[in-house]
Amino acid sequence: MIQVIDAERCTACDICVNVCPTNVFDKSDGIPVIARQGDCQTCFLCELYCPEDALFVSPFADAPQAIDVAALKEAALLGSYRRAVGWVEESRHLRAADRSFRLFGH
Amino acid sequence: MTKSLGRAEKLSSSAGSVVFDADVLVLGGGPAGAWAAISAAEHGARVVLADKGFCGTSGATAAAGTGVWYVDPSPERREAAMASREKLGGYLQDRRWMARVLDRTYAQSNQLADWGYPYPSDDDGRPQRNSLQGPEYMRLMRKRTKQAGVTILDHSPALELLVDGNGVVAGATGLRRQKGDRWVVNAKAVVIATGGCAFLSKTLGSNVLTGDGYLLAAEAGAEFTSMEFSNAYAISPAFGSVTKTLFYSWASFTDEQGSVIPGASSKGGRSVIARALRKGPVYAQLDEADAETQRHMRLSQPNFFLPFDRTGIDPFRQRFPITLRLEGTVRGTGGLRIIDDGCATTVPGLYAAGDAATRELICGGFTGGGSHNAAWAMSSGYWAGQGAAEFARQLGTTIGRQAFRRGTVGLRSGSGRALQGGPLARSVQDEVFPYELNYFREAGRLGGSLRRLDALWTDASDADAPDEEELLRAREAAAMLATARWMYRSALARQESRGMHRRDDYPEPDDRYRHLVTTGGLDDVWTSARPLASSQFSEAAE
Repeated sequence: MIQVIDAERCTACDICVNVCPTNVFDKSDGIPVIARQGDCQTCFLCELYCPEDALFVSPFADAPQAIDVAALKEAALLGSYRRAVGWVEESRHLRAADRSFRLFGH
Repeated sequence: MTKSLGRAEKLSSSAGSVVFDADVLVLGGGPAGAWAAISAAEHGARVVLADKGFCGTSGATAAAGTGVWYVDPSPERREAAMASREKLGGYLQDRRWMARVLDRTYAQSNQLADWGYPYPSDDDGRPQRNSLQGPEYMRLMRKRTKQAGVTILDHSPALELLVDGNGVVAGATGLRRQKGDRWVVNAKAVVIATGGCAFLSKTLGSNVLTGDGYLLAAEAGAEFTSMEFSNAYAISPAFGSVTKTLFYSWASFTDEQGSVIPGASSKGGRSVIARALRKGPVYAQLDEADAETQRHMRLSQPNFFLPFDRTGIDPFRQRFPITLRLEGTVRGTGGLRIIDDGCATTVPGLYAAGDAATRELICGGFTGGGSHNAAWAMSSGYWAGQGAAEFARQLGTTIGRQAFRRGTVGLRSGSGRALQGGPLARSVQDEVFPYELNYFREAGRLGGSLRRLDALWTDASDADAPDEEELLRAREAAAMLATARWMYRSALARQESRGMHRRDDYPEPDDRYRHLVTTGGLDDVWTSARPLASSQFSEAAE
């Protein structure tokens, strides 16, 4: 579930508030807040839409986890999903890299 | 196709609610809803699309990747595509519908290519259109929906349908969650594209799918079909949400001690996994994938690897615990019964598309997986949008028409006790998650479960509307409850095993049940048998 909105990176654009399908975030006077963490369905889409790589969704779907944000940055895990699907300039070619046609019918 | 006449009109925006006037209202903004909205607009309608979450991220597709039942139009290939799953589906499919879905999916997929969807090419440069990346696909669909002139209401779950004095659907009303008020859309036709019901199991992207559209359609008198085919479970890491069962066809499955579980498999051996999970933990390892396959997997489904990369597990070289998450009717084949080629339901002015509608026509009693559901979403979305636009046009002016709210459970007051969605949802999960109740069915256990579910329904329908904050959760839980009762009542009626429906007390298919089961009702749930279209035709020919 969603664990981190990194205050250093977040620009309060509120895109995550808008795109979250289960309405987990609330706007605030500053950066958004994780208002309903228990409603998070661990779909990773807020991360994908965050233009600043400021969000981190823990893969643990059922329970909150303690997260070391410095370690995430160290391991380049913030924004890793965006890079993997080609939603950043340097990996745009990955948008058309789907090789499912080689996997079907196994 | 005619060009859209214009946008839906915003009539007023007084304190507490916003009112729109439209020809067609589409409920749900996943693939089926987006295709329906675009199609209705292309056929001349003024369209509003209301999504519970955000059109573009909502639903089972946006978070995932999906195959698409896209088959080149050569007669041999089409024949093979139709024949390949007929046995698995229990011979309940309808060949005429399979053929028209293959045609329509081919056209819609090629339309996506024209719109700029980045389809990959194979090594010979031939485009490959039998798979879609969910985030990419749905981002494009949102863009095209807006460009078609559709008014999109995000974070706007529908609560109930409006129906006129003649029983014709006249719109809907719901919440604007982020604005803290209500919406009303007066419309000449409504398309239900709210998806299936996965009972808040956290199977990928599916927690918005709680059967909401079923409930409000049922309150207007709609019927359902094939609801017994509703016990699909998907493999995921035990701790995570990412379900991609395809990749587990390269897996070995082991028990706590590391011994291979005989017969366990993602295909044809998932019930073995379910039985093993009742005894203890089950582990998987994708050890049959060679280096090239591993590379293809990473490129094809980046999100599959998030739970592993973020926990330091190498799924090809290490065992990890798995579970089965209920996908319910999302990957079942049941849903709203449609009665014509334009995806009309039994209620005038009400149409259904995507997973909210039955997929029995192309899948019979066994899921065709994402591939068939994706094809069905494109096709039924297109037809439902067209059908609804046509209905709206023929209806003509509706000025002065009175509309009545049809909502029931969770929306009334009088008892002094508010409906609590959270506890009710958990009580329903207790009846539909357990493998011994839902995966492996038996008359005594189904009957016991139905008695408890019926009691929950009596209790819920006596309760008051909760506070605005809790209203959505209460309606979701009530929709889950209604869905579970249609599922189990239909499962009791089918005294055989066919498709994904398994009865411990009737383990074999029985020719006397080669028909479809219709169900419906809220306070009193009923079922009846319906002949297959093919048998009707053969009788007529005699």
